[in-house]
Amino acid sequence: MAVISPDAPLISAGDRAPRARSLTLGLCLTLLITSVFGLAVGASDTSLWHALLDLAAGRELSLRDEIVLWHIRLPRLLTGLLVGAALATSGALLQGLFRNPLADPGIIGVSAGASLGAASAIVFGASLPMALQLGFWLVPMAAFTGAWGATLLLYRIATRDGRTSVATMLLAGIALSALAMAFTGLLTFLADDAQLRDISFWNLGSLSGANWAKLSLAAPLILLCLGLARILANGLNGLALGEAAARHMGVPVQTVKRLTILCVAAATGLSVAISGGISFVGIVVPHLLRLIAGPDHRYLLINSALLGAIVLVIADVISRVIIAPSELPIGILTAILGGPFFLWILLRQRGIVDL
Amino acid sequence: MSLTADQINVFAGKTQLLQELSFKAIPGQLTAIVGPSGAGKSTLLKALCGDIAYHGSVHLNGRDISTEDAATLAEQRAVLAQATPLAFPFTVWEIVRLGLRGDASPTLINQALHSVDMDGFSGHFYQSLSGGEQQRVQLARVLCQSWSATRDLGPRWLLLDEPVSSLDIGQQLRVMHIARQFTETGGGVVAVMHDLNLTAMFADSVALIANGRLVAQGTPQDTLTSEALSAIYGCNLQVGAAPTNGPFVMPQMASL
Repeated sequence: MAVISPDAPLISAGDRAPRARSLTLGLCLTLLITSVFGLAVGASDTSLWHALLDLAAGRELSLRDEIVLWHIRLPRLLTGLLVGAALATSGALLQGLFRNPLADPGIIGVSAGASLGAASAIVFGASLPMALQLGFWLVPMAAFTGAWGATLLLYRIATRDGRTSVATMLLAGIALSALAMAFTGLLTFLADDAQLRDISFWNLGSLSGANWAKLSLAAPLILLCLGLARILANGLNGLALGEAAARHMGVPVQTVKRLTILCVAAATGLSVAISGGISFVGIVVPHLLRLIAGPDHRYLLINSALLGAIVLVIADVISRVIIAPSELPIGILTAILGGPFFLWILLRQRGIVDL
Repeated sequence: MSLTADQINVFAGKTQLLQELSFKAIPGQLTAIVGPSGAGKSTLLKALCGDIAYHGSVHLNGRDISTEDAATLAEQRAVLAQATPLAFPFTVWEIVRLGLRGDASPTLINQALHSVDMDGFSGHFYQSLSGGEQQRVQLARVLCQSWSATRDLGPRWLLLDEPVSSLDIGQQLRVMHIARQFTETGGGVVAVMHDLNLTAMFADSVALIANGRLVAQGTPQDTLTSEALSAIYGCNLQVGAAPTNGPFVMPQMASL
């Protein structure tokens, strides 16, 4: 059946895997540089270099340096990395699931669902029966439940017989977002002053609330989701050819779909719980990476996590210094940069996708 | 070791698409499913793939497909759909690689592309190809899946839904030739066909289907007769003998 001899040289034009792997390496290096940058820059004039020299020389850090670097900048940096990775990976996963590059947790209502869950937990949390008092876990759990419910509902509405209608997905996402935001708005009337401050935090999105306690809660689960996403890569590659074709190739389609939804809900829910609604990272990052190294999810997911982390840390640095000493909420910044980008994708797609 | 459907019924809402249909394909043969549009050919193929709900049973290599998981089925049979729309900008090489199972050698990708006459296309974007070229790339992916299966679960199968419908005559012959070669290496092929003369030329067995029922199954000589074809297609078709000894179907103008 094969006329080419087995020892013929391998012609692999069109194989973008080597490029994707070099990209992974490049992104890892960039991530390191960005992280140092994120630690070094801030409103305070604390010098990372001097602090490192002090540590290397065995001297104690000054109390001020210790507070700025260890209690403010480091948890904030790590939170930025995790949230950026989680949001970009969620975007790539959702786009793979919906077979559409326009799916993003912020745009189609997943983040709004998470915000509603978080707000409900803040307002009603205290009045829950003792058995349901999850303490520190309550808000993240509620954010996850909100995100999960929204994703599941959206998938049920937009997908018939394995085909997802783009128009239905975007419109249903708008409706779900509006609904979730309306209920979140209603909750603000029931909230007291302290609760109100907590809720408004979610609507803008910021990393300023980052601390070690929140981080230690969210980090293991987000890392678990990133690992799980890697396992889903082959399944999502199969799904790119449609559900039937994926099944014919041996993909356990239902399992892949369920795990993807769970993974997106957990990653988005936890991100929203610790940093609020930060939109457009999930759409811009995977889209750029697909242009550079192709849509193979084996590389797209890991590269999305890396680039998402880089983008969010850079955005956070900008948001901290651009109007220093006060601070721009990072959600505003990502929306200002991401909105036009989303429109650009829409225009590019206009000829290809039947909206 | 065969691919069989026993007394299957398929419903879409209240409409019955297949009625008490039994079908058998054996390895080493190309079995064509033939019949008018809307007769249930593609529905039968979907049932054989396990894509739709049916009453009755379908057995692949002696095992009931409803109890097998997707991965086990994929080791035994690969499926070519009528058209495969794509969500993201994959290259031809990347599409064919999707068929590769486990850690099989990527040289299979080039062999598959070569056998469908798509050498030199591996760097092209799938979306930039014509419908016929896309179909051949998908066939290469399907061949790749079959060649790289590792577990020995009996003969390998190819299920093809109108594999030549968007191809020119040269490519039609080439694709049918690939299907034949697959049967000569011990595999089984089941293909939904529209072209009766290509069917007569290449099929070992023909299943004639009309109104969701099996009208006849047997060799092309036995099944592709003037009476049977004229009856199920509702027009006057004369079957003669082609130079290669197979039946040759000639539509008659005056009959309509």
